[in-house]
Amino acid sequence: MGIATLFVVSIIIFSSIEYLPGDFAKNILGQAATEETTAAFRRELGLDQPAVLRYGQWVAAVVQGDLGTSFSGRNASGVDRSRQVVDLIAPRLRNTLFLASLAAVVAVPLSLLLGISTALYRNSVYDRSVNMTTLTTISFPEFFVAYILILFLASLYPVFPSLANVDAETPLGERFYRAALPALTLTLVIVAHMMRMTRAAIINLLASPYIQMARLSGASPTEVILKHALPNAWAPIATVIAFNLAYLVVGVVVVEVVFVYPGIGQLMVDAVASRDIPVVQGCALIFAMTYIILNLIADIIGILTNPRLLHPK
Amino acid sequence: MSKLEYRAIQELKYKSGQIDRRTFVRSLLATGVALPSALSLAGQAAAATPKSGGLFRMGVGHGSTTDTLDSATSENHFTLINGYTFGNHLTEVNNDGQLVGELAESYESDDGQKWIFNLRQGVEFHNGKTMTSEDVVASFNHHMGEDSTSAAKGLLTAVESLKADGKNRVIFDLKSPNADFPFIVSDYHISIRPAGDMASGVGTGGYIVQNFEPGVKSVLKRNPNYWKEGRAHFDEVQLISIVDPTARQTALMNGDIDAMDRVDLKTINLFKRNPNVNIMEVTGTAHYTFPMRLNVDPFGDYDLRMALKHSIKRQELVDKVLLGYGAVGNDHPISTANRYHNSDLPQREFDADKAAFHYKKSGHSGKIPLSAADSAFAGAVDAAQLIANSASEAGIEIEVVREPNDGYWSNVWNNDAKGWCACYWGGRPTEDWMFSAAYTNDTEWNDTNWKGTDGSKKFNALVIEARAELDDTKRREIYYECQSLISDDGGSIVPLFNSYVSANSKSIATDDQVAANWDSDGAKCVERWWFA
Repeated sequence: MGIATLFVVSIIIFSSIEYLPGDFAKNILGQAATEETTAAFRRELGLDQPAVLRYGQWVAAVVQGDLGTSFSGRNASGVDRSRQVVDLIAPRLRNTLFLASLAAVVAVPLSLLLGISTALYRNSVYDRSVNMTTLTTISFPEFFVAYILILFLASLYPVFPSLANVDAETPLGERFYRAALPALTLTLVIVAHMMRMTRAAIINLLASPYIQMARLSGASPTEVILKHALPNAWAPIATVIAFNLAYLVVGVVVVEVVFVYPGIGQLMVDAVASRDIPVVQGCALIFAMTYIILNLIADIIGILTNPRLLHPK
Repeated sequence: MSKLEYRAIQELKYKSGQIDRRTFVRSLLATGVALPSALSLAGQAAAATPKSGGLFRMGVGHGSTTDTLDSATSENHFTLINGYTFGNHLTEVNNDGQLVGELAESYESDDGQKWIFNLRQGVEFHNGKTMTSEDVVASFNHHMGEDSTSAAKGLLTAVESLKADGKNRVIFDLKSPNADFPFIVSDYHISIRPAGDMASGVGTGGYIVQNFEPGVKSVLKRNPNYWKEGRAHFDEVQLISIVDPTARQTALMNGDIDAMDRVDLKTINLFKRNPNVNIMEVTGTAHYTFPMRLNVDPFGDYDLRMALKHSIKRQELVDKVLLGYGAVGNDHPISTANRYHNSDLPQREFDADKAAFHYKKSGHSGKIPLSAADSAFAGAVDAAQLIANSASEAGIEIEVVREPNDGYWSNVWNNDAKGWCACYWGGRPTEDWMFSAAYTNDTEWNDTNWKGTDGSKKFNALVIEARAELDDTKRREIYYECQSLISDDGGSIVPLFNSYVSANSKSIATDDQVAANWDSDGAKCVERWWFA
């Protein structure tokens, strides 16, 4: 099922790129593009062949794990320094995954904790203030949250750097330090969604007869929630977490730009701007895969935590 | 010994560290300099003495994953600065705008057609190989082959052949005389690299590439064997691509970088207030134009073009679009930073009467479409609106057509589908270069299609004449006339020259004069600046 989706996605990616206006050869040559040099470039890149043929070649290569070579870095005087798309994407993807996991490691436990505790003390002052705070942070656009954090934590009180430009040789400690502000921004942006879903899923269950039974049998409120309500709430929570994790990988280009973080989102935007088609296709495919895999995991968790689905009649 | 001589000697001693600041100030006082001036002279002397050391981090407003170390594909400011940092060229434009030999110790020509470049001896590439004429020939051939995709290919079409004459001399034979040829070889594309390795970033420059991540950063360290004296003061350099202007300015204010290019003019007044920030403004050769295509109706008509040229409030455009960071243009592309800028040509001003007179004479009626998009230059749409407004005062109706940013350069600019649009030119260091890029009848970027008119015929003949003219006074006369021809008969409206506005932290020191041929001290800030 996942593979079929991926196949459909690949067709959509390829055909939508076909309809992008502009032309890579003209773009890389800029104002310097003359008829001659443009034609030479196009021939070399195989852009003069029909689209269906190019799609076939691309899919056949991707199945073998080859995303192709980037269009950039070529020149016709003999030296071909174009880079493998995999080599281009790999370090960026590693950066993005690092940032996403850093944000997730903070955000997921935090939102679960907040969600459970607000369910426990629902309608209290605590519940309302947590709700209000998280809703405030999610309501602002990401770049605004980012600039506020820069203002307070980088400009007025220089605790963290505002430039998060890490590279492959940055030591781990420095990486954490540099990625702190972007990770914090992302945490603030995604916590509300996960926390409120956790809270709602649990409160929803609290009205069920079996919870009342548990209460009648003398279980404390904490016990009721952790032992009885939570196990049944995992499926919706997992779905929301998966959704937010996928967002952390594919949707953070704004945060990357503000903090100058070399992630995969910037790579893709750059590639679209310069019509570097193999790179755009590679990124899009990875994004699709992230969504599909994370949703798959969420479904599996949903099944594993639900005995009815685990043992069908 | 006169007082002045004594002062000069004391200053030399102070700069070289033979005497301390106190002694220097005392010696100035002894020659009759008042104390405050003496202190400031001491400060200047200290500032003008470059100090070496430190890590220089620069935020560059360009850079993309398609960047390479091969200068043939260099197309943005990141690759430009990076290229000048690790590579050298046969000649260079120095910080006061003069052309001097770089890897060529000297160059000469009798007729402007055969050029002899004598190479500097004992210069080593970063890989230890000694630079010879063979490398120079290979570096030029890299841009010249039949199917070369080098962006400098067009520049070098004038070269008939080149050959090495011994180890230290290269001879160029041009198809026709060109007095500016030494200027052309300073172009940032034509970097001298070791033969057989044009792409890996090995050069002769002041810094050696350690790590280059396209679209992210370039890390370099000082070349201990650099041949050029008094340049390359920093120990280490990081060029960081920060495309977002807000992020760039924040980084400079927070001390995460030491210098940046392309300050966002919209926020410059707030930015200037930061006590740690220095703003640097130079008027270069870059300019905004509104080319009218003569082969598209109604722009073939001389009077209509004249009417439009008179219906523009130039100073208003400078004030509103560039917020004052620029200069008015006179409908030709030669700036005050060029050698032969025609300062005698009267400045064209907004004149509703003249505009109306020419408009009436042209017999045109109806709206004139003007295409613009912000990818032409930041504020192009606003500028077009301002033009439409001022033209309406002269009774000329202009309809501003907002075009998509994407594909602007292929679908709108230099395209017969659109008769009049907004455009940006980076400018060129020489008159001939600028003219042959956009105004002569043989260039593909003749974006006004200015061909066939009497003015254009005369212009083309003059440009060829000037190319072969080695006499400075005569060239000046010819170029003055060329500028007046473009200004009157040409199809381009050149209302403004934009300044390069960059910023650096107060800890950076520069020479008294910074170059105006590119942003950031001619894009050579890395080897020219130092930490005070």
